[in-house]
Amino acid sequence: MGIGSIVFIVILIAGFGFFGFNVKKVISNINLGRDKKINDRKGERWKVMTLVALGQKKMFQRPIPAMLHLFIYVAFLLTQIELIEIIIDGITGNHRVFYPSLGGLYTLVISIIEVLSVLALIATFAFLARRNLLKIPRFHKDEMTGWPKLDGNIILYLEILLVFFIFTMNGADEAVHIAEGKGSYGFAFSQFYGPAFFGGMDIDSLHILERIGWWGHLVMVLTFMNYLPYSKHFHIFLAFPNVWYSNLDAKGRLSNMEAVTNEVKMMFDPEADPYAAPAEPVGEPQTFGVKDVTDLPWTGLLQAYTCTECGRCTSECPANQTGKLLSPRKIMMDTRDRMVELGDYKRKNGEDTHDGKKLVHDYISEEELWACTSCNACVEACPVNIDPLAIIVDLRRYLVMEESKAPAELTGMFSNIENNGAPWQFSPSDRLNWKDEQ
Amino acid sequence: MAEYLAKGEAPDILFWVGCAGSFDDRAKKITKAIVKILNKVEMKFAVLGAEESCTGDPAKRAGNEFLFQMQAMQNIQIMNEYKVSRIVTGCPHCFNTLKNEYPELGGNYEVIHHTQLIQELIDSGKLRIEDGKPFKGKKITFHDPCYLGRANDVYEAPRKVLETLDAELVEMKRCKTKGLCCGAGGAQMFKEAEPGNKEVNVERTEDAMEVKPDIIATGCPFCNTMMTDGVKNANKEGSVHVMDIAELIAQAQDL
Repeated sequence: MGIGSIVFIVILIAGFGFFGFNVKKVISNINLGRDKKINDRKGERWKVMTLVALGQKKMFQRPIPAMLHLFIYVAFLLTQIELIEIIIDGITGNHRVFYPSLGGLYTLVISIIEVLSVLALIATFAFLARRNLLKIPRFHKDEMTGWPKLDGNIILYLEILLVFFIFTMNGADEAVHIAEGKGSYGFAFSQFYGPAFFGGMDIDSLHILERIGWWGHLVMVLTFMNYLPYSKHFHIFLAFPNVWYSNLDAKGRLSNMEAVTNEVKMMFDPEADPYAAPAEPVGEPQTFGVKDVTDLPWTGLLQAYTCTECGRCTSECPANQTGKLLSPRKIMMDTRDRMVELGDYKRKNGEDTHDGKKLVHDYISEEELWACTSCNACVEACPVNIDPLAIIVDLRRYLVMEESKAPAELTGMFSNIENNGAPWQFSPSDRLNWKDEQ
Repeated sequence: MAEYLAKGEAPDILFWVGCAGSFDDRAKKITKAIVKILNKVEMKFAVLGAEESCTGDPAKRAGNEFLFQMQAMQNIQIMNEYKVSRIVTGCPHCFNTLKNEYPELGGNYEVIHHTQLIQELIDSGKLRIEDGKPFKGKKITFHDPCYLGRANDVYEAPRKVLETLDAELVEMKRCKTKGLCCGAGGAQMFKEAEPGNKEVNVERTEDAMEVKPDIIATGCPFCNTMMTDGVKNANKEGSVHVMDIAELIAQAQDL
């Protein structure tokens, strides 16, 4: 085994190993959330995952970014075919191991990858322009400064580098192939720009260039992969499970709180003895609603990791459009940041420790929560079926039921419902007055 | 409902009037329009009257799950005693809560919104809208209530009903799944808006004004209030009317 193969294997193991280490961290962070069993309606889940995640159905509500995104998405998927060859070549010390056996099919596949790489490159530049030159409001909200803004750009720079290495590799290789008298590979683009750029260079330099491209490609793929867990770009993996586990019910249906049902049932049951010992041993007292990420169902935390901060939710939000503090995207970003913070803290200080902070107040303010109209525009807009509204309502539940903190008018509304069965101060006996009024 | 029970009969449908429809002066007119339509087709319907109580929707959306469930269980107890099987509501919020949030608490009913019932009546030929009635040549735009549209995917029924009116139906640039909220949902109706630079209903009314309608049609008493206020804010109350679909149909029928 040559030195190249050894170096290759070491880099590969290091790359995948570190990635695995971080994925484990992500999984343990998601597991901070409450348990929630979802294994129903498998047929429907396959269908929605195929349409929404694989088929990008909801992306196409906005056709221009959807097309650009599709270029990068398809290029990303198909380039992985080439990665298989790179891995085999790297370990065995071969060069384009599939070329002799696959022949025309090989030329076709690499040509498709070249075409897609060019399209992805165009899309990447368009995205950089959209983020930095065009004043698209959703990329310039308050939560999109600092790291989130940089993160969005870094991933695009990495993509440019990746494509640059692919084209260096294929172009130089084409020139080598010709110089060695084997003729052209016949790949879509490199058969033209290869000779044009690299033709006439001496064979040793070409070999070095080809190797730079090849190793560069590999290193970029591994860098990219290892960057993902630190970035909003983890959606490329998580979009699929996230859509699979997403809510299939009517969007208007808010979750039922069973703990409350049990208490209310007891209140309605004349036989119930309020002083009786609970039938089952009660575990840790449960908070009503959500004060921190540990109170959220794990699916909410999966959603937070899946969010790629595109901001379609926020741009559709009526509260945000009218200058209120609420931004559904920020709800998801805060949930993720808080989860990572608490996860890191617990790994460092022990499973049962707590840093004393919480999602509500420390990250998300009451003003944000009370601005929501529960209109579901954010849920509808999300290309990967994230549900910021469920988190907002869960946080409101905590404010109201644990802290008794609601805007004064709402407290009044509550007591009206309680006392006279309507949100306003009318007597229930007047309910039918409309019948006789003209 | 109690009267039907006393007679030993069962109505075809329970009309869930809702708090707005019972107490709000503007919404009461919508209630009456729905009743006129039900009477016209001689449908046997009942109301709960004083036995009806808030569904708990605003409480639930404001985070008060206790209050919501107390309301729900109380209403379910009454409706189950009356053996209610089918409900029509005059309000998308009641519609959503009864349809989606009551089953888990023991209330299983077929729930429809009044625009769906009207469409059903038109489709089955029980309700006929004659041509050339008061809306001929008028421009009508429909504002999708969030709790009918996005929350429950009911987009077609209200439009199909409006199409029978012989009026020109124009869509706002944001409609159906992309329809903008009126600003009332999530218990906002009962509080001041949080600080911002604009009211949501003003923003939504501007959408409507862009298509220069004669009538803004709604299917929700809260949207109705919000859009009416928005039209007043734009000083257009003389030329643009905000009306519920039930009112338009009742008027077309000279009811």
